[in-house]
Amino acid sequence: MSTEAPAPCAPAFATLYEETVPGGGHTSFILKRGQTLRVTDLEGGANVSLMLLNAQQPSDRLNLPDTLKGQHTARLTAGHCLYSDMGRVLAAITADTCGWHDPFGGVLNAAEVAEKYGQGRYQALRNGFYRNGTDNLLVEMGKWNLDLQDLLMVVNLFSKVTVDAESRFHFVSAHSRAGDHIDLHALMDTLVILTALQHPLDPAPAYAPRPVQLAWLQPHDEGSDTACRTSRPENARAFHNTARFHL
Amino acid sequence: MTLIASTRTPDTARFRHVIPAGEPYLCEVAAGQTLRLLDLEGNQAVDTLFYSARNPRERYDPQRTLRRQGKVYLSTGSVLYSNLGNPLLTIVADTCGRHDTLGGACAQESNTVRYAHDRRYMHSCRDNFLCACLHDGRLNKRDIGANINFFMNVPVTPEGGLTFEDGISAPGKYVELTAHTDVIVLISNCPQLNNPCNGWNPTPAEVLIWD
Repeated sequence: MSTEAPAPCAPAFATLYEETVPGGGHTSFILKRGQTLRVTDLEGGANVSLMLLNAQQPSDRLNLPDTLKGQHTARLTAGHCLYSDMGRVLAAITADTCGWHDPFGGVLNAAEVAEKYGQGRYQALRNGFYRNGTDNLLVEMGKWNLDLQDLLMVVNLFSKVTVDAESRFHFVSAHSRAGDHIDLHALMDTLVILTALQHPLDPAPAYAPRPVQLAWLQPHDEGSDTACRTSRPENARAFHNTARFHL
Repeated sequence: MTLIASTRTPDTARFRHVIPAGEPYLCEVAAGQTLRLLDLEGNQAVDTLFYSARNPRERYDPQRTLRRQGKVYLSTGSVLYSNLGNPLLTIVADTCGRHDTLGGACAQESNTVRYAHDRRYMHSCRDNFLCACLHDGRLNKRDIGANINFFMNVPVTPEGGLTFEDGISAPGKYVELTAHTDVIVLISNCPQLNNPCNGWNPTPAEVLIWD
């Protein structure tokens, strides 16, 4: 779990585009098949709530239960694939320097944010107002004619939540450091919807979401996803289903 | 794990229905009524989703539900929250002890991933969900979020592993939920034959409702 040396076989990329999402921000775009989205924690302690959908058929979308049970994992990191409910791979996690991304925590809504951080309205705080994950994601979804039906379980990038022997959750503070990044390699044209807000189980008392950088990368090596395809037989079959979709 | 029995007796139930093995079922439970799901023969996964009857877009939210209780399994005392943050039902009795909400439902497509491509044409929970949804008319595929697997045991390890263990249910085990609002209950009495979630032998489950 280091931020320095890339893996020995790390593919080389051409950088197509970069932008920064400020803490509290939300955005959405179609990540084209074959491109890699690199999300980087700029300051340390970031959290990004992430949804993925098949851009061609958005009812085909990230299914975390299928993703977790198919790979016998309750955390996400390099080598894992993010499955759709149609047994396809939306994106493969081809690199990850922080080792654990959380599938449990979800997003807070407006009432839960007010309960946790106090009232922080636009009227008093202007663009520093207290945003919440439910509304941020719904707003982005609305831009694509999606609605509440499409709001499913999200991945919280850069956050680690463990489960103890008594089945209780524990948020691990200071898990992600400045410069940590995760690479999501698109196996189909994937609608990415995300918001940079604190993890709901982060015990820090102040509303202080951190920024992240997004980079669109074109791998020079067509085999950049090989490790994900071969890490489990389930992933090979999900790649097969994805290829069938593209026939 | 604490087991809480109910004082309700089947002879006072206002409604009873046995769901044969592998079949879907959809019904409504009114605010204040109590629903019992009964594992008649043991080790039967009952895949279940809940929706607000007034606005079927409002549905059970597993991440909010787990986060607000701070624990990864469901049992007595668990409040099932919606995607809008409202309580839909509370588990008021449970003689099984824990229920899964991370394992999701089986589907033709996920069976090809988990087992083999030649398993595509076996019966599955999503087939059941979709059939019941489209006959009912208020729900469709986009309403099918992550469900509860009553009577199923999917332990999460401290290292972040997810395993499927033999069921901890047994003949006659049940879970009871009291509705806070009028809810649609969507059930697939799981037909999965590729793993031990039904003890390799899917069996009937009963639905009972009390006022």
